[in-house]
Amino acid sequence: MRTIKSLSLRPISTGFTLRNRLSEQIQEITQCDPQKKPTVDPITVEHHSRLSNKWWNVNGELRALHALNSLRVQFVRDGLANVGFKVECPYLPLKGIKILDVGCGGGILSEPLARIGADVTGIDASSELITAAKEHAALDPSLDGKLNYIETVIEDFAPDNKETFNAILASEVIEHVNDKELFLKYCISTVKPGGSIFLTTINKTLSSWLGGIIAAENVLKLIPKGTHDWNKFITPAEMQSLLETCIPSWLQNKINSWNVLQSFKERVVLDNFNSDKLRASRGKEKTFNPFIN
Amino acid sequence: MKQYQVFLLHIYVYKCFIPNGSILVTRDYSISAKNHENYDIIITGGGMVGTTLACALANNRKLECKKILLLESGKQFEYKFEEKYSNRVVALNQQTRTLLSSIGAWQHIKATRYCTVQKMQVWDACSDAMIVFNEDYLTKEIAYIVENDLLLHAVNKQLIDKENVNVIYNSKVENIKLPKTLEENAEIQLQDGTKYKAKLLIGADGVNSLVRQTMGTQYVKWDYNQMAIVATLKLSEPTENIVAWQRFLPAGPIALLPLTNCLSSLVWSLPTTEAKRLLKVSEEEFVDSINNALWKVYPKDGIVESGMRALQQLLEGLSLQTGVVKQLQPSVSAIIERSRAAFPLQFGHSVSYIQTGTVLVGDAAHRVHPLAGQGVNLGFGDVTVLVQLLAEAVINGASLGDMTYLRKYETLRQRYNVPIMFTIDALHRLYKGTAAPVVLARSLGLQLTNAIPVIKKALIEHASGQIGNR
Repeated sequence: MRTIKSLSLRPISTGFTLRNRLSEQIQEITQCDPQKKPTVDPITVEHHSRLSNKWWNVNGELRALHALNSLRVQFVRDGLANVGFKVECPYLPLKGIKILDVGCGGGILSEPLARIGADVTGIDASSELITAAKEHAALDPSLDGKLNYIETVIEDFAPDNKETFNAILASEVIEHVNDKELFLKYCISTVKPGGSIFLTTINKTLSSWLGGIIAAENVLKLIPKGTHDWNKFITPAEMQSLLETCIPSWLQNKINSWNVLQSFKERVVLDNFNSDKLRASRGKEKTFNPFIN
Repeated sequence: MKQYQVFLLHIYVYKCFIPNGSILVTRDYSISAKNHENYDIIITGGGMVGTTLACALANNRKLECKKILLLESGKQFEYKFEEKYSNRVVALNQQTRTLLSSIGAWQHIKATRYCTVQKMQVWDACSDAMIVFNEDYLTKEIAYIVENDLLLHAVNKQLIDKENVNVIYNSKVENIKLPKTLEENAEIQLQDGTKYKAKLLIGADGVNSLVRQTMGTQYVKWDYNQMAIVATLKLSEPTENIVAWQRFLPAGPIALLPLTNCLSSLVWSLPTTEAKRLLKVSEEEFVDSINNALWKVYPKDGIVESGMRALQQLLEGLSLQTGVVKQLQPSVSAIIERSRAAFPLQFGHSVSYIQTGTVLVGDAAHRVHPLAGQGVNLGFGDVTVLVQLLAEAVINGASLGDMTYLRKYETLRQRYNVPIMFTIDALHRLYKGTAAPVVLARSLGLQLTNAIPVIKKALIEHASGQIGNR
């Protein structure tokens, strides 16, 4: 809670301050304990790792994530279509798209995206989950060569993969992240100019506390206890201000968000803030941005 | 790491030049075709519904990459056009016609023969109640009468061109193993020992569906102790034959469906013993029985008569339609030689249509009394919805056996099928009796329905499959 407050109270940063803060932080990381990653919450990673053998049970603890899939895939397809991506092959609607799935877990969302033609790179901090994801992907020969799982964290991955992906995806991840601002900055740095960023997360409302934590974790036991920490949830307004600090010309970018009530969860889905405007903004800040140079 | 990335990119570029990802498909078979032949979808049962489903799946652009196997236990169907009409006909609704048009089969039917029903008259033998659908010919056609054989032939003709569909005739299924999880395949073994595997098994194998039995789902059924006699009839005098006639008799409904200006098709539901007797009697006697069933005046109960008169006055007072002019039903002069046949009537409904990687369509899932001519249309409705949802599964990157989509199919279809099935069953029960209160109630109901345009329109729309699919 405190983190978010301080984040949202920050003034909208310019390209310059962005550069300064980021380089400071990066220096900090390298100078401090190399094992300690600012975006990763070790407790969450451990919690999810314990579920690695249950990840693909569609009726198990993670059924809510499975149930969200049709919505999430459609979200990505529609989002890309909205920025002018043309589907050439009707059964491979994402053919030719390079996607980075940050916090892919066992690959619940990476697999369907790869199955419809995308070249998906999934990264996760948990080695157990990456192993589970790889094992499961091997069961479907049609995924061969379309999926690449890497055990890493975004702060390690991003510097080597600048402007690599057409789209990046952090689905149901940001609510588990410690330093959200840094996380987003690293994520954005891997996107090609004009690319898309898809974020889906649980809203920070009374009903998400009652439904998503009290009911789903404690009463109905739909999801394992300790999956979510309400204090780390983020509201659309907080998300917007966070994005404003990450992308200087954010205010000009259009944000589409909608709330969907599903499986006792109130979610906020933030669409594509991208295309020409992002490209333009990227162009302007180019000389200042440590990620681009 | 960086080099690895470059390598990946290289593969990616390479694949772009291979159309339709065919390299992946070939790989799929070479890896796991050790002793099973692999498919994406297996359909058991190559009847009208199963064959249409195979064709509709292959025809959908989102599913065109899927390899489909159609297993038919009978021998390959050879259609020979005969002047003589087949005694097995179906009444297709608008939605079924749309489906057949979309797979290109309707053009073959159109080029051969079919008959359009533009008006339908249903009346009660025990009272003056009746209902006429589309008496003003304002809406489009109500139904299309097509011979079963011709329909199957038309669909088969379209299926031949589909490269991704393999049809195996004379294939007797010995054993079925259904998947328990999404990662498993459905496995099917034929009596000759060949085995096939697929992500999705579709049971279109009719009333005694082996797929349904393997699923172990609960199946609600009852026997009507009735048989339906079918035959091709010659009318006494040629007319503009565009009306479907149905008269509710105490023993069961008799229906005449138009074929040509001088031919009609008979569907007559009767108690089993009576039906068996009528199958044996001479053709002359049979024709007499039909005319009797169409024309015989039954004694009318005084209570019913007065009740109907009261309703008539009420409707007149409300200036609602009080009953259109009753058109006189045709008489029959003869039956086409050896066109008599009968089949038992049952009600059956599978409580569940689906299971992971398994789904039932058509008669395998539901069977109804033919009195409303809806049975096959419900099956074709299943096809339309299932194809849509499987296409949705594909573009969402889900496995074909994913319960998310199958469950949607089940919900949509049961929500549509069950009310129709129970309405038909209820109609059957309602019209079985001759007790005055029952006759009065149904007569008032029928007359009221006839008089209130909104209800009538809703009925027609539901029967033609226009609503209820989404």
